Amino acid sequence: MGKCKGQIHSIETSGMVDGPGIRVVVFMQGCTLRCLYCHNPDTWISKGKFEMTPLEVVEKVKKYKNYFGKNGGVTFSGGEPLFQKEFLLETLKLCKMEGIHTALDTAGICEDPEEILSYTDLVILDIKSYKPDLYENITRKKIDTFLHFLEICQKMNKKLWLRSVIVPGMNDTEEYVLGLKNFISPLKNVEKVELLPYETLGVHKYNDLQIPYSLQNVDAMNKEKCNKLNTLLNEGLYE
Amino acid sequence: MDAWRKFKGNIWKEKIDVSDFILNNYTLYEGDDTFLEKPTSKTKKVWQVCEELLQKELEKGILDIDLKTVSGIHNFKPGYIDKENEVIFGLQTDAPLKRIVNPFGGIRMVESALKSYGYAWDKETAKHFKTYRKTHNDGVFDAYTSDIKKARHVGLLTGLPDAYGRGRIIGDYRRVALYGIDFLMEEKRKDLYSVEDVITEYTIRLREEISMQLKALQEMKDMAFDYGFDISNPAKNAKEAVQWLYFGYLAAIKENNGAAMSLGRTSTFLDIYIQRDLEDGTITEEDAQELIDQFIIKLRIARHLRTPDYNELFAGDPTWVTEAIGGVTEKLAPLVTKNSYRYLHTLTNLGPAPEPNMTVLWSSHLPENFKKYCAKMSIATDAIQYENDDIMRPIHGSDYAIACCVSAMTVGKQMQFFGARCNLAKALLYAINGGVDEKKGDLVLSGIDKMEDKILDYDKVMKSYDLVLDKVAKTYVDAMNIIHYMHDKYAYEAGQMAFHDTDPEKLMAFGVAGLSVVIDSLSAIRYAKVKPIRDENGITIDFEIEGEYPKFGNDDDRVDEIGVKLVSDFYQKLSTHPLYRDAKHTLSVLTITSNVVYGKKTGATPDGRKDGEAFAPGANPMHGRDESGALASLNSVAKLPYACVCEDGISNTFSIAPNTLGHSDTEQIQNLVSLLDGYFKQGAHHLNVNVLNRAMLEDAMENPQKYPNLTIRISGYAVHFNRLSHEQQLEVIRRTFHGKM
Repeated sequence: MGKCKGQIHSIETSGMVDGPGIRVVVFMQGCTLRCLYCHNPDTWISKGKFEMTPLEVVEKVKKYKNYFGKNGGVTFSGGEPLFQKEFLLETLKLCKMEGIHTALDTAGICEDPEEILSYTDLVILDIKSYKPDLYENITRKKIDTFLHFLEICQKMNKKLWLRSVIVPGMNDTEEYVLGLKNFISPLKNVEKVELLPYETLGVHKYNDLQIPYSLQNVDAMNKEKCNKLNTLLNEGLYE
Repeated sequence: MDAWRKFKGNIWKEKIDVSDFILNNYTLYEGDDTFLEKPTSKTKKVWQVCEELLQKELEKGILDIDLKTVSGIHNFKPGYIDKENEVIFGLQTDAPLKRIVNPFGGIRMVESALKSYGYAWDKETAKHFKTYRKTHNDGVFDAYTSDIKKARHVGLLTGLPDAYGRGRIIGDYRRVALYGIDFLMEEKRKDLYSVEDVITEYTIRLREEISMQLKALQEMKDMAFDYGFDISNPAKNAKEAVQWLYFGYLAAIKENNGAAMSLGRTSTFLDIYIQRDLEDGTITEEDAQELIDQFIIKLRIARHLRTPDYNELFAGDPTWVTEAIGGVTEKLAPLVTKNSYRYLHTLTNLGPAPEPNMTVLWSSHLPENFKKYCAKMSIATDAIQYENDDIMRPIHGSDYAIACCVSAMTVGKQMQFFGARCNLAKALLYAINGGVDEKKGDLVLSGIDKMEDKILDYDKVMKSYDLVLDKVAKTYVDAMNIIHYMHDKYAYEAGQMAFHDTDPEKLMAFGVAGLSVVIDSLSAIRYAKVKPIRDENGITIDFEIEGEYPKFGNDDDRVDEIGVKLVSDFYQKLSTHPLYRDAKHTLSVLTITSNVVYGKKTGATPDGRKDGEAFAPGANPMHGRDESGALASLNSVAKLPYACVCEDGISNTFSIAPNTLGHSDTEQIQNLVSLLDGYFKQGAHHLNVNVLNRAMLEDAMENPQKYPNLTIRISGYAVHFNRLSHEQQLEVIRRTFHGKM
C-alpha cells in the first residue's frame, strides 16, 4: 500500500477557500476535459512537476494537522483528481487512517467512483452546465459521466458543495440560473451552492503553453452581477 | 471589612496574594460580544479633546515639555483633560501629552531630545542636576570595558539601556486597589525589620531599597491626595478600583521613562469589582464600559521624552503599555471575563490604536466565543498580538503578564533586567573577516582567523562562528552586569519595586537580531556554493552564491534546524557567565523596528542580502523567501525552542490578505481562530496578526490623510502607520504578505 506514484502539480499548504476551514490543497495533474475557461491548462497533461507516493503526500499533509481544527483538512484538486484513481484512492485511505477530513474538488469525471467516494467526506462538484449541449460545448465531452457521478453521490449520501462558473454571454442570465436552480433543488445533502465569476487571470498560461485560447475576447465576469445571480440561486433553495 | 464585602477566600487576606484573590472571586464569561455598550457622551467628549491634541502632537512632533521639574512620583501638580467629563483622573504632568524630563538615566539623552524638538532645559534645574547628581549613564561608562565600548561602537551590541530607563518592569498595580497603600507599607516595614540580623552588602542594599520603596508609597498617597483621593485604604467599588490601580501605574510613568512601561494583567482583576457592583445594582453595563474606556484613554496618552535616534530604533513613539488578556488557570479554567471583552471593545469605542498594547494570552482551552471575538477584532483593527499561554503558564504560573512585546514574568514576583540585543549577522561576518568590522574596518574581536578560502567551507565557518559567539557572549554579559548594577544604583525604580515582593526573582533578558539572515547564510554556505568577494584589505564586502539552498520559512528541517541549534548554542554560551544579583539568563528573538537600523549597520551577508538591507523583524523569515504558503512559514518559526532557550520570547509578525482568510466574515473569523490554534499547538510563542492588503499600505503612504488611524502590528507592538519613517514604511511593505495561495 502507498507504493504507486502520483503526478502532482503543486501542494498549497494553507488554502482557506477550497472547502471548509484551513486546508492543504493537493493539485493533481491530468484532466480529460478541455473546458473553454479552464484557468489551469498546465494541469491537462498527465506528467506533473513532482512525483510523490501516497505516503509522502500524507506525511506532508500531517504537518499541518494542528491547523485543521474542527472542519479543516485536505482537498484534492487539479486538474481532475479522479484522473489518477489508483493513487487518489490510496492517498484518501491513508488520510482517513490519520483522521483527516477529505474533500474532492472535481468535475465528476469517473465511471466507478464508489470506492473513492467511500473515503471522501465532501465532494466539491463543479457543474460545467446542467444543459447537455452547453456542457458539451464547454468541456468537449458528453454530460453523461457527470450525471452518473452525481447520481452515485446522491445514492451514497455524500455531502456536496456545488459550484458553477458564470461566463459573460454564455450563462450569465437569470433564466439560465433559474434553470440551474431547478436542476439543483431536488438534490439532497447539498451544503453550499456558489457561482464563481469567470476571471481572466489564467489566460497568460495559454500563451506560455502556446495553446489557443477560445475566450480571448471575453471580459472577466462582473462580480456584482455574479453576486446578484448567486443570491437569486440561493434564495429559498434549501430552507 | 467593608471594601472586601462578598469577596471569598482567605489566603489573600492574610498576605499579599492577588492571584489567590482572582482565582477565588472571578466570574468566567463564555458568552459572545452582544452585551457590550457604546461609549457614553462623557467618554466621547474626553476622547474628542484628546484626538485634537494628538493631531497637534503629530504635526509638532511633541506637544509640550515640563522643563523645570524633574521626574518623580509627586513632583507635578494635578492635570486634567476635561475635568467635568473625566471619570478616571490623573496625568503624568499638569497637562495632557506634556512630557517629563527624566535625567536619572543620562543627561546627554535629555539634552539631545530637547534640542531636537527645539527646547532647552531650564538653566537652574540643569545646573543643579549636573552639579550634584551622578546619572546611570555616568556610572555605566565609568565601568565599561574597552571590549564593550568597541562592540557598542560598531553596532554589535545595540539599544543597550545604558543611557535611559531600562523599563520592562511590571509593578503589580492591582495591589493598590485590593489592599490600599497603608497595608502595602505595613508589609514593606515588616520586610525591612526582617533583614537586620546580618549586615552584608546584600542586606544593606536590600534595606536601602525597601526604605526607598516606602518613601515612594508615601509619595503616591500624596500625589493621589492632590487629585482628591485617599488611597490609603482598599478600593470600595469598581470606580475606585480602576482609579486606585491607575494611580499605581501613573506613579510608575511619572517616576520612570523605561522603553516599555507595561501595565500587567488587570482586566479580570477589575472585573471582580465591576461584577460586584453590577450585581448590587449600583452601576450599569454602560457605566462599566465608561470606566474602562476612560481608563484606556489615560493609557493612550502616556508619553516619554525620546531622542530621534531612539525613534529610529523604535518607531511611532511607543510606550508598551502592554496588557495581557485571557489565558487559563493551572486547572485549565479560562480566565476570561466580561472585562476581557470590555478592554478589547475600546478598539471599537475609541477606534484602533497601538496603546495599550493588547496582548491575548491564547490557550486551546479559551472559550470559543472569546477566540472568535479576538479574531473579529484582529481582522477589524490589526491591533492585537497573541502569545501562547500553554507554553508560558507552565513556567510562570497563571498570574504572569507580558512586559514590552513578548517578555513574560509573574506579576509582582519576578522582574526583568532588560538587555536589548546583539547582532548575530554581524557576528557571522566577524567569523569570516577575522573579527574585523566589515563597515568600519576596526578590529573588534581578537584571536579570530581571517578566512581566505575561495569558497566558504561550512564546517570551518561554523567553527570560527562558535569562537566568535563565545567572545560575544562574554562581552554581552559583562555589559549587562554593569548596566544593571548602575541602574539599580542611580536610577532605581522605587515606585514600581514597591509593587513587587521584596527582592523578587530576576530575569536577565538577552536578545538576538538578524536570526533569519544568519540561518539562510549558513544554509547557503552548506547547501550552495558561496564565494566571498574581498576588498583590497582582504575584508569580505559581498558574496556570490551559486546554486540553490533551502531557506528558513518553508517548513524545511534541513535549514530550520540550523536556527534551532544556533539559538540553543548561543543561550548555552550566555549561561556559562554568572549574572548580577543571581539573575536567571533568558533570551529573546525580537527586534521591534530596530531590524531596519541593524540592517543598515551590517554589510552584505552570505545569504545574498545586500549591504545595508533591512533584516527581517524578530524571528520572521526574510522578506519574500517564505514561498511555501502561510502555514509553512508559521511552522518554521514555531520550531524555535521557547522553554529553556528563548524564554524571553520569539516574535513573529504575520500579514495576510483578507480574501485569503476566507470569503465571508464568518469564514475569516473561523479560519483565523484555526490558524492561531494550530500555530500555538505547534509550540510557537508569539504572533502579531495583520489582516490587510499591501495595496492599502501603499495607498496610505501616498495619501496619509485618508488613513489617520491606520494601525498595524509591527514586531511586538502596534503603531499608527503614519508615525513610521518613510524607510520603515517601505520595509513594512516589503514584508511577505500571504496572499495568493
